[in-house]
Amino acid sequence: MSVILIKGGHLIDPAAGVDGLKDVVLKDGRVAEIAEPGKSSLGKGKAGPELQIIDAKGLTVAPGLVDIHVHLREPGQGHKETIATGTAAAAAGGFTSVAAMPNTTPTNDTPEITRWMQAPERGASVRVFPIGAATRAIKGEVLNDYAALKSAGAVAVTDDGHPILKDSIMREVLINATRQGLSVIQHAEDTRLTGGCSMNAGATAFRLGLRGMPQEAEFGLVERDIRLVTELSMNGKGDKNGHRPHLHVAHTSTAQAVAAVRQARRNGLRVTCEVAPHHFLLTEEHVGAYDTNAKMNPPLRSAADRDAMIQGILDGVVDAIATDHAPHAAFEKEVEFERAPNGITGLESALGLSLRWLHQEWKLPLGRVLSLLSAQPAALLGLRGRGTLAVGSFADVVIFDPKAEWVFRAKDSRSKSKNTPFDGWTMQGRVRWTISEGRVIFQAATA
Amino acid sequence: MLSSRELTPETVSAILTLATQLESEDPLRRAERLAKRRIALLFYESSTRTRTSFELAAKGLGADTTLVSSLSSSIEKGETLKDTGLTLKALGAEAIILRHPSSGAPWLLERETRLPVLNAGDGMHEHPSQALLDLRTILAHLRPGETQVTAETLAGVTVAITGDILHSRVARSNMLLLPKVGARVILCGPKELLPEVAAQAGPGIAIERNFERALAEAQVVMMLRIQAERLAGLQLDLEEYKAKYQLTEARLAAFAPKALVMHPGPIIRGLELTGEVADGPQSVILEQVHHGVAIRMALVYRALTVGVGA
Repeated sequence: MSVILIKGGHLIDPAAGVDGLKDVVLKDGRVAEIAEPGKSSLGKGKAGPELQIIDAKGLTVAPGLVDIHVHLREPGQGHKETIATGTAAAAAGGFTSVAAMPNTTPTNDTPEITRWMQAPERGASVRVFPIGAATRAIKGEVLNDYAALKSAGAVAVTDDGHPILKDSIMREVLINATRQGLSVIQHAEDTRLTGGCSMNAGATAFRLGLRGMPQEAEFGLVERDIRLVTELSMNGKGDKNGHRPHLHVAHTSTAQAVAAVRQARRNGLRVTCEVAPHHFLLTEEHVGAYDTNAKMNPPLRSAADRDAMIQGILDGVVDAIATDHAPHAAFEKEVEFERAPNGITGLESALGLSLRWLHQEWKLPLGRVLSLLSAQPAALLGLRGRGTLAVGSFADVVIFDPKAEWVFRAKDSRSKSKNTPFDGWTMQGRVRWTISEGRVIFQAATA
Repeated sequence: MLSSRELTPETVSAILTLATQLESEDPLRRAERLAKRRIALLFYESSTRTRTSFELAAKGLGADTTLVSSLSSSIEKGETLKDTGLTLKALGAEAIILRHPSSGAPWLLERETRLPVLNAGDGMHEHPSQALLDLRTILAHLRPGETQVTAETLAGVTVAITGDILHSRVARSNMLLLPKVGARVILCGPKELLPEVAAQAGPGIAIERNFERALAEAQVVMMLRIQAERLAGLQLDLEEYKAKYQLTEARLAAFAPKALVMHPGPIIRGLELTGEVADGPQSVILEQVHHGVAIRMALVYRALTVGVGA
């Protein structure tokens, strides 16, 4: 395998505590060397068949981004997205690791499907980490075999869009996942309160004549899950192997849910949460004239909730930014609002939006933004060697121009689907190269 | 015309003036206005009043109309709203009058067909032509002879809208329209059918849970049907509801002896109001139906002459 020298760039690797001009040498799919500019062992090596040199002068070099919440739609829903197209979109967005949700057709209940998703035949551009279904066919009744799922490569379990409502089942899921050292991800929605609902409950939903999902449908379930985690954590001692349950709350959208996570952490529990860009940027007002690209689950909430997401990110309660990339074919979204499927794409807009808003507008240091998009989500799911460029780590790199402003166009997306509310939005920070395990998988057309 | 929200007093005034003009015009001359123009009525829900009056209105202007309803068309076979709309356009329809069970459906149809769409009721959202004909009915009684409306025309008038507000598109269109011409709207009903957030729908809207207090303040009482088909899961004791909110002769005599009694129909006698009240001297329910044709003539005419967004 050839060697890549990234020279002259500004390396930001929050996990390794690096923030300065460095040369980076990638070899055999790993980070071989981090050196002062011009001081690497390659010296002034010349580019050739065995050495690719990337001039990163004026650019930021960072660990490849990690998205722990994407829907790649395979197996079974290839008209929306395939693992190949979804990971191509990931590469274009600077992501090198994605964790794929199990609500496929069939659901990811078995090691066979888990392996199938990672097989080379899928044509993935970036590393895919499957998340197993917590219960068979995500019906919330019978637990899957977590040991088998884990050995096939699953990094967590969840029933995603079909949250586990029964206390007894959720308790079993937490116990069994903990035994295997797996995280439990919950899409927190008490579906008993949200039947027939298509947006956030409140004055806007009333005015639009749409049934609204109450906030308590989210935070009520988060609080229930935290009670279970509290019980099972045995005052921090964990189970007989010392394993403590890890609950990860997916796409947090309400102020109360973030507050519940904050309190759980103060109480010493392993409870983490993620926020999607649309939840820290948009509100229910964006539904506008029944725009189905503003329909997702959890829904866009009130301005107060949106502000709580920003606050949670700034003060550190939020552990990760995750896109909930949820592609749907155009024909599926061109229907009545109430009948449209939930979800929007997100892989190609997450970095640009985060830099534009979290960094530039709300002054979150660049290193912290990048940490939320790489080091922290990687650590959260225990993805070893990801989310950092320390020597020996996987050669997963994103190189972007932090000053470049550009306009995101849905039609130019690599994703098979174009369902995004951010079409035409101004982004900050243009991805120039994305490298996955030492292979250049995305290179921007030079401006 | 998709929603009351987008109407200004000037537009309302223009619609009312045109309605009166068309209503009094010689029928033969009127029929030349849209002679042989094509208008489609696309109805995904049953309707008596709205469908018939839109159809009579379009025909009164000379247009050819065609009715497509969900139970006797390819909609049954799974054709989408978008494709049905594009099909009607290909058949020469220049405007579509849509009734649909999903809130917001007219916006989808307008986006996809680029035709003027008249909202004849979308889900729980709006029914703007009903609000306009209700306004015409109110004006005929409370402001007879006034030809122009302004933001103050109904100043001092309180309209009590009572019943199943949550599921009512008529209530939403009226609570958004009437304050624009000066009226005060009181919403009345139990919590299950009238959430507190309703008062935030627009300016000039208040909630009064006590029906008798609401009646005492009102010059107009607008009763709404309990929409059994939309109640989905709500536990509502109808006997208790009637005890608190049914409009009876006794209540009317005691608290609102001079108020106009309105109802968008269909009425369920013995539920939201008694048969005696529906047939009584204060009831203008059939006048409302009558005003529907003139209002809808004006809307159809504007749709084909002013175009999208009018």
